[in-house]
Amino acid sequence: MLSRVANAIYWMCRYIERAENVARFISVNLNLLLDMPSEKGKHWEPLVMITGDQALFEKKNPDHTQEAVIRFLTFDREYPNSILSCLAAARENGRSIREIISSEMWEHLNNFYLELADHRGLTMALEDPHRFFKIIQMRSHLFTGLMDSTMSHGEAWNFARIGMMMERADKTSRILDVKYFMLLPQADFVNTPIDNIQWTAVLKSASAFEMYRKEHHHITPRKVAGFLIFDSQFPRSIRHCIAKAQTCLHRISGSPPGSATNTAEKRLGRIKADIEYTDIDEVVDHGLHEYLDGLQTRLNQVDGAIGTTFFNLKPLIENAPQEQSQA
Amino acid sequence: METFSTYDPESYYDELIDAHGNPRPSAQLLVDKIESLPTGDLIFRQKAAEAMLLKMGITFNVYGRDEGTEKIMPFDIIPRIVSSRDWEQIESGLKQRIFALNEFIQDVYNEKKILKDKVVPEDLILTSRTYRKECEGFTPPRGIWCHVTGTDLVRDSDGRFYVLEDNLRCPSGVSYVLENRQVLKRTFPQVFEASRVRPVDAYPSKLLEMLEFLAPDHVQAPTIGVLTPGIYNSAYFEHSFLSQQMGVELVEGQDLVVSDGFVHMLTTKGLKRVDVLYRRIDDDFIDPEVFRPDSMLGVKGLIGVYKAGRIAMANAPGTGIADDKVIYAYVPKIIKYYTGEEAILPNVPTYICRDDTDRAYVLAHLDQLVVKAANESGGYGMLVGPHATETERAAFAEKITAEPRNYMAQPTISLSRVPTIVGDRIEGRHVDLRPYVLFGEEIYVQPGGLTRVALTKGSLVVNSSQGGGSKDTWVL
Repeated sequence: MLSRVANAIYWMCRYIERAENVARFISVNLNLLLDMPSEKGKHWEPLVMITGDQALFEKKNPDHTQEAVIRFLTFDREYPNSILSCLAAARENGRSIREIISSEMWEHLNNFYLELADHRGLTMALEDPHRFFKIIQMRSHLFTGLMDSTMSHGEAWNFARIGMMMERADKTSRILDVKYFMLLPQADFVNTPIDNIQWTAVLKSASAFEMYRKEHHHITPRKVAGFLIFDSQFPRSIRHCIAKAQTCLHRISGSPPGSATNTAEKRLGRIKADIEYTDIDEVVDHGLHEYLDGLQTRLNQVDGAIGTTFFNLKPLIENAPQEQSQA
Repeated sequence: METFSTYDPESYYDELIDAHGNPRPSAQLLVDKIESLPTGDLIFRQKAAEAMLLKMGITFNVYGRDEGTEKIMPFDIIPRIVSSRDWEQIESGLKQRIFALNEFIQDVYNEKKILKDKVVPEDLILTSRTYRKECEGFTPPRGIWCHVTGTDLVRDSDGRFYVLEDNLRCPSGVSYVLENRQVLKRTFPQVFEASRVRPVDAYPSKLLEMLEFLAPDHVQAPTIGVLTPGIYNSAYFEHSFLSQQMGVELVEGQDLVVSDGFVHMLTTKGLKRVDVLYRRIDDDFIDPEVFRPDSMLGVKGLIGVYKAGRIAMANAPGTGIADDKVIYAYVPKIIKYYTGEEAILPNVPTYICRDDTDRAYVLAHLDQLVVKAANESGGYGMLVGPHATETERAAFAEKITAEPRNYMAQPTISLSRVPTIVGDRIEGRHVDLRPYVLFGEEIYVQPGGLTRVALTKGSLVVNSSQGGGSKDTWVL
């Protein structure tokens, strides 16, 4: 398939996954507030921290009020990772490959964007945010479902899956990093109801609460981190995302399992092996933040390698396809 | 009230209603249906159709406004109906015309018989801005130049169809024909079925067959691509739609590269050879090595590969010569020259400004004529005399005197009208008709075509860039 098309479908799915994650973070935070009303002002700041874009937010907003954060993360067109910007980018990518994706996918994505961009979207987000962000999440799930059931699972679909898995792995590591960093030092909270609520929120941010409960029953920071990084079956754990991305990558290149024929496969395979032969105790002993930071860097390198392997056949053309912005 | 009881066709030819205010036989079913609808229902169906088009993403970008400003091409749900008798004449007339124009282009770039016989003045050809010296001595694959044509037809108050323009370069709009039909089938399902409307949806298959027919002989299963300028082009939707319908690649200039004497696509698995391109980029931009060097849209070296017979292109570069609005005036003679027949579809009478007698007439009657520049499209470079101000006419007179070769003039045609929803009423609006013609192994005319409608009261300009909309066209 065309390199430009592969690039577009990869990014279309990354952007949709990114939009969904932002909506989920906001949703969880809204729920958290119901349990801890007194903490109101402090609870919107971490949300901006997860995105890594505090500087831009603070340039435009004096305080981390609910409205300011929701406006920024959801509707700010100048902020490239706002839900609206992500959907606009996903849709532009989708538009450039309309003939590749199914019309169900295109019409859904088109409608998703148009309704969000409508002024009634903002009103609803501020007046009934719980419902609003739930709808955003469900729509992005619907997109994923449509992709699975209306598009052939060929090369294009595999690129789409890789985009989605890479984005998801990155986001899960960020949630964990920020929350762990923020929650852990507060030693006086350990085993208090507040502590429990907070860690529950971390799990919910990755839609992981119920599945975690079935696996581990009791909530401890170490087990939560372990679940989100190492669980082999939970669909948002980093390990799972990497395994899925690797499968898709091998389907595209045709390399047999256990071998690697290009840089992307080599890098991803190495991360996968590392995760499979590491456990949470080892990670915590060495420092979780350092571990996650390193992981994010390595994920970015895989992304770069996918670009040079499939998207930018640079030596052959003068103006290579444009790179899209990285989270 | 949305009803025909108060509808007035005035002095125009109305496509659905006769001079006495009665429905024409072909429109009887439709008019009865509309009359039977409860109050407000027609408007409701109109709104539903618009919502459907927006949801399908059949929009074009409005430039220079806020991001996210997109509009659907205005669409009116009352169809234009063409009787089978009218259609027979249109179809045979177009086949005759396209055949002759193709002969003409081949001749002009090769033996130049028609110029030597002085049927068309040679200097007119050589001074045309769309004449491509690079095509001299070249014969395209299968001898076909104008593979896709969208001829503009109008009907005057005498009830006859005339050819207004031949669009032989990259005519657009056929995707609207296909999508409008999808929408209208859902808007008037029973009437549609009972009227036995001829289907339009064979077009993508016919287009694909035509493109496959062009592939070089040594190629078994040709790789075909639609070459688009990209998502910011106003016809991008159509490019993407057609490639999807045909199941072929949609490529941009940046996806193609010339290497080892062939054109290749850049794919995730390396280079892949392309055998046929349906290009939707103008000649000027298609190859910076041969035409405009500043083009970012084209493919360097494409024309070289094309001339070596290693890739086919539709339409062939150089067809614009037959699109020159002054050369248009000679088409009836061109038809006679190559087929020995009279033109089945007449031209609109045309005054050629390089001719002294004609020019004197034009300058003296600017208030009654429509003046057009030889190589503009989309309703630009045009003077509609009766609607222009004194100053505008004076300015045009100067242009004509300075550059007579570049202008022609025609009497104002009172374009026929079709009932159209305006607010909550039905009023007559002027229309034209653009049928699409494919020239491959044989010539195929899509039954129907794009009916463009000037939505502004009294306006004769139907171009979408100037406030025009479209209607579905039913050929019975």
